[in-house]
Amino acid sequence: MTNNPNKKNLDGYVTLIAVVVLVLLNVVLLAGKMPTYYTGILRFMGINIILAVSLNLINGITGQFSLGHAGFMAVGAYVSALVSIHLGWPLVFALLAGAVAASLLGILIGLPTLRLRGDYLAIATLGLGEIIRVVILNLDITKGARGLGGIPRTTTVYLVELFAIITILFTVNLMRSTHGRALLSIREDEIAAEAMGINTTFYKVFAFSAGAFFAGIAGGLFAHSMGYIAPANFEFMRSIEILVMVVLGGLGSITGSVIATVVLTILPEALRGFAQYRMVLYSAMLIAIMLFRPSGLMGTRELDVRQVLGIFKTGGEKDAS
Amino acid sequence: MPANLLEARSLTMNFGGLTAVVNLSFQILKGELVGLIGPNGAGKTTVFNMLTGVYAPSEGSVYLENELVSSLKPHTITQKGIARTFQNIRLFNDLSVLDNVRIAFHSRSSFPIFDAVFLTPRFFKKEKAIYDNAMELLGIFGLADKKDEKAKNLSYGQMRRLEIARALATNPKLLLLDEPAAGMNPQETEELTELITEIREKFDLTILLIEHDMSLVMKLCERIMVLDYGILIANGTPDEVRANRRVIEAYLGGDV
Repeated sequence: MTNNPNKKNLDGYVTLIAVVVLVLLNVVLLAGKMPTYYTGILRFMGINIILAVSLNLINGITGQFSLGHAGFMAVGAYVSALVSIHLGWPLVFALLAGAVAASLLGILIGLPTLRLRGDYLAIATLGLGEIIRVVILNLDITKGARGLGGIPRTTTVYLVELFAIITILFTVNLMRSTHGRALLSIREDEIAAEAMGINTTFYKVFAFSAGAFFAGIAGGLFAHSMGYIAPANFEFMRSIEILVMVVLGGLGSITGSVIATVVLTILPEALRGFAQYRMVLYSAMLIAIMLFRPSGLMGTRELDVRQVLGIFKTGGEKDAS
Repeated sequence: MPANLLEARSLTMNFGGLTAVVNLSFQILKGELVGLIGPNGAGKTTVFNMLTGVYAPSEGSVYLENELVSSLKPHTITQKGIARTFQNIRLFNDLSVLDNVRIAFHSRSSFPIFDAVFLTPRFFKKEKAIYDNAMELLGIFGLADKKDEKAKNLSYGQMRRLEIARALATNPKLLLLDEPAAGMNPQETEELTELITEIREKFDLTILLIEHDMSLVMKLCERIMVLDYGILIANGTPDEVRANRRVIEAYLGGDV
């Protein structure tokens, strides 16, 4: 019997490989071989990864069905943009300001709404997202429906990658600890979790505010990437898009979320050749994936280096552990 | 005379117009093994739910080692030392057997979230301790070789055992077992009886159990409390309870 800490170190290789791939990508970027069109997609992909992984923390891991992620993203985007424009804060501080604002809102909203379960929570968070959008639409400082322009376009691919990696590492490390298991136990059976001494209220609010924090970061990166944001960027459909990535990747699987996000960000671009049929094909593919893999691409499992390597082995070694 | 571990003082539970438990008072001494029996719908599980904080009693209070616990939340009560199993098994089905037990170690072996996120030495040390303790517990329950199996793939008897193992991981003073032998065949019940005796010694436990299997109750329990329509109708040794007229009437029906 191998003991567990060793096994855990092996799991770290997944992250390591992801980092290596990113470094290689950066070499290509540095060589100037990559056209701006592709770096743009890469930036967008990184932002989506942050959104999907952070929503997975709430929806997949803790099992709290939230439809308000675009709302938290909007808070992060507007707060960081306003701080940049009016106070001239450097990007990283502006991002953190946006993230903290989103996170505080997450706690504030989470305390009353997380008493609700399942469908009811989904509707409450959907309402929350819409309230945030309508408030932004009607405030003077946010310039309402005209949108907020003149945001310094300081987001780089590297910064997006950095925050994507931080988000993934945060979630993965959390998952491997007793805190991650506490979150999972809430998803599995809240009453039993409470009976086993887990403070379910604390952990639900924690998941909600941590998810909102990273959604806020993603929002800030988005704002400083586009240079212009409007309430229309953060509509209900944006929440659905992120949810699709999480569900498609497999609720609870972080590698699944990342893979699904990469696929779903590239797919619409790759299908540009089909002109007006693009979104039809995109939707058809979503239906096909859900039919053939109802629990998502990865289910609740993680992509594991040992399994990938196992494909090349002749098998039979699995029982040894 | 051993100390008083648990005391329930005039517990009453109303659900709307229905009174499930009426003015129930009892004490459990340290080290006792007490059975709670009664016909279906007598309010036995409601009593468990009040003791563990799932329901706040409509009236009355619960004291654990002379400390009022009935106003606390369930997770705090568990941390104070009351653990339970459920009548309809409530395992974390999609998680591994090992994780089911590790989760229950959470409240007594936790560490700041900071350590988890930044992989500090404390994280590895604490996680290693949780792992070792969980494996030891699984060993006692004969589930060590199933540690990576999902809980839902276990056999029925194994699930029941895992639930008890998980409850013990919270380090309880008082263990509440809600129909531990339900759905078991005679041989499994026999093994369970031995297991309960064994863990009672090993973990220095006080046990309160609900059970319909009279062979188990009569063999195991030193004292039996009988509930009927939410009222405590008998409280005594197995022999006393067996001979009690009101108990016989409650189970077999009697003259009105």
